[in-house]
Amino acid sequence: MQTSTVFLTLIILTVISFILGYRRSQAVAAGHGGIKSLHSLPRYYGYMTALWAGLPALFILLLWMGLEHRVVYNLVLDSLPKSVQGLQESQLGLYYNQIVSFAAGNIGNSQLNADQIGAASYLNSLLSSSRMIKSVLVFVIIVLGAGIAIQQIRPSFRARNNVENIFKWVLFACSFIAVLTTAGIVISVLFEAIRFFQVIPVTDFLFGLEWSPQMAIRADQVAASGSFGFVPLFVGTLLITMVAMLVAVPIGLMSAIYMSEYATRRFRSISKPVLEMLAGVPTVVYGFFAALTVAPFIRNLGESLGLNVSSESAMAAGLVMGIMIIPFVMSLSDDIISAVPDTMREASLGLGATMNETIRKVVLPAALPGIVGGVLLAVSRAIGETMIVVMAAGLSANLTINPLEAVTTVTVQIVTLLVGDQEFDSPKTLAAFALGLSLFFVTLLLNVIALYVVRKYREQYE
Amino acid sequence: MNKQTDSNTDRSTNPNTAVIVASLKKRYAREKRFQWYGRLAVLTGFIFLFLLLADIVSKGTPAFTQSFIKLSINLDPEKLGVDANATTDELRQADYDAVIKSSLRKKFPEVTGRKEKRQLYRLISAGAGYELGDYIAAHPEDIGRTREFWLRAHSEADSYLKGQVNKNTPEADRRVKNDQLKWLDQLRKEGRTDTRFNTTFFTAGDSREPELAGIKAALFGSFFTLSVTFLLSFPIGVFAAIYLQEFAPRNRLTDLIEININNLAAVPSIVYGLLGLAVFINFFGLPRSAPLVGGIVLALITLPTIIITSRTAIQAVSPSIREAALGIGASKLQTIFHHVLPVAMPGVLTGAIIGMAQALGESAPLLMIGMIAFIVDVPGGVTDPSTVLPIQVYLWADSPEHGFMEKTSAAIMVLLGFLIMMNALAIYLRKRFELK
Repeated sequence: MQTSTVFLTLIILTVISFILGYRRSQAVAAGHGGIKSLHSLPRYYGYMTALWAGLPALFILLLWMGLEHRVVYNLVLDSLPKSVQGLQESQLGLYYNQIVSFAAGNIGNSQLNADQIGAASYLNSLLSSSRMIKSVLVFVIIVLGAGIAIQQIRPSFRARNNVENIFKWVLFACSFIAVLTTAGIVISVLFEAIRFFQVIPVTDFLFGLEWSPQMAIRADQVAASGSFGFVPLFVGTLLITMVAMLVAVPIGLMSAIYMSEYATRRFRSISKPVLEMLAGVPTVVYGFFAALTVAPFIRNLGESLGLNVSSESAMAAGLVMGIMIIPFVMSLSDDIISAVPDTMREASLGLGATMNETIRKVVLPAALPGIVGGVLLAVSRAIGETMIVVMAAGLSANLTINPLEAVTTVTVQIVTLLVGDQEFDSPKTLAAFALGLSLFFVTLLLNVIALYVVRKYREQYE
Repeated sequence: MNKQTDSNTDRSTNPNTAVIVASLKKRYAREKRFQWYGRLAVLTGFIFLFLLLADIVSKGTPAFTQSFIKLSINLDPEKLGVDANATTDELRQADYDAVIKSSLRKKFPEVTGRKEKRQLYRLISAGAGYELGDYIAAHPEDIGRTREFWLRAHSEADSYLKGQVNKNTPEADRRVKNDQLKWLDQLRKEGRTDTRFNTTFFTAGDSREPELAGIKAALFGSFFTLSVTFLLSFPIGVFAAIYLQEFAPRNRLTDLIEININNLAAVPSIVYGLLGLAVFINFFGLPRSAPLVGGIVLALITLPTIIITSRTAIQAVSPSIREAALGIGASKLQTIFHHVLPVAMPGVLTGAIIGMAQALGESAPLLMIGMIAFIVDVPGGVTDPSTVLPIQVYLWADSPEHGFMEKTSAAIMVLLGFLIMMNALAIYLRKRFELK
């Protein structure tokens, strides 16, 4: 049976369980003097039966589907001759993929050897028995669950409490997904990164000044050994981020000051949503704008001034990224400036200071920690931004701090390393995960510091 | 009058006052200047937004029209290789390019050289033959006759007919050559050119030829991906919000969950792509390039947004509603699902729509899981290889042809149109919510 059919069957059987439980409770109640003798409404007995039947079956089904692929892979591998099992992981993957494609009927048998054809039929038999077992298992579990639930139905049974307890656990499981996601990110990225560091030493990665991830694909090739130095990528990322901040912080901060201190309510109610539209524009649109409009413009401008500007300059990417971040800086600073108590402003104005002096000497110093926190959040946003730099920044890793030259960033390299047909196990691909790990930790660190600063500041006035 | 003199005397007697009076002009000027800086900053933001939108709209608008060229075509059964009795499939596969080429040669008999001929054939789109085939399959009785047909123009001819090519640029610098300009001018003078609304853009998948490329496949891909995202993130997000707002005891575990949600909201989206690649594709063996995996990854990305906004909406429900329900004997879960959640629903939905808008524009994590593919056919389900609208934009933006630049901007306009609609819906819901 197809997976979708199994799902459909599961849903139908669950609905049937609901009806059975509902009927059963009414039948039981009839023997004990009507529906009033039941502890809960009949539909709760139905819900209970359905939950008992459907939940475990759904759980088992998802688990089965998740692990099926791994188990089948290992079983097929075990059936192959020793010489094949001794292959390198990347070649083994290729070998196995051929078997899978042949088993699915996507390729002919001309490129395969007898072992592979044998393995393919074994694979097909495994898959079909897996499908069989899966369907039967799901069916048995549903019937069993529904049976147990129906057995328990009697007037004194607290079906509503039972349903609500199960439901509370479902609610908890939903919120626990956040923790699982973080764990998933850390484990998956860390796991692959560790495999990468087994090939490339950590120190080479962290302190290497050169990045050119070209590795020999076969052992007999005389290719560059590849250098995986993180420093030029990090410097490039920081360079673009700095350009972005030089655009976003003055404009965002001044806008926030104007909006919260000077602007009329009407002006604010119109202009704030308009500027926030900048935050809603997809990043791929900014990337297009940067690559096709801003970059040529900056290049022409630079050339007319007699400067040598790269067509993928850090300036263009940074400028556009800054535009993207303006509303982010503005909203955060606006919140923080508005949180400064009015008594402080009034005290300053009462002493004869002008509004501008009050803002610069009283409001901003009071809001400074919060603003710094907001800027840190914006920096973390800029470091993790991908599409703008993928489309407008360069690919080659230059170790430079000249914003007119092309630099590359961590995110650009992750994308270039992973997009396209590569074997999953080469150091090149694994390097992307090492980069992802560093990206995750840098942004996490910035966020933690920023949230700490912002929270601490808020507590002062609340 | 008297009083004025008094105060003047006061000022002159107090040295501090004199200093203050002297500095006042400067201070007021600075105040003015400062206000102008503020206005300037807001204005700069406006200008950036305007430039961005104007750039996209001016580049993208021409893509919504397409030029056609009228040619008189002799549907010679010999040249086509089929006769009127052929089956529909045979009719479709007949050699229509040959009849189009011969009609072009007849139209411009002066063209003889190989190179010139090739340029002449380049006036008509490579897809015109298929379109002619579709017509003939429906009207087989026309075989053997000579009829006038409107044929789709090649993207380069199209750009000239739309007035995008400057004749004064040197021939080497433009793709439309002088001969082609001459032919097109002649055709235009004879009324044999026309510009129509480009329906292909909405009904076709991706193509190597700009004039045949459309966004339908990407739109369907986006639709399937967002459906998966919504089906996962909406219930999970709302349930998580309910748990955290109504049931969660104050303990370490709850703190852990809350810290995680706040941090996840700030994790770069590309890292989620790595998660999708390592966990869903490599570990669980889900298909690459499929909306299923894309939808799951986007669901994880939007989950924090939905949880946070749903919590705010649930928190905003007046306690009197809760107390009334509890007071007449409803259980806590009944109170929440029968009374609190319906009242909070507009706010919850607003959060969900904002989350979906975020997911619609997201592209970096989808690059990681292989949704960057050349998709011609409309995907039929959540496990078919597909791409999404932002990635289609990314793919086209990389193409060197001028025609694709136009298409990219047009696709961006469609994308922005969807986003504006979603946000307008969210604002509408929020306004209604505020009235309550």
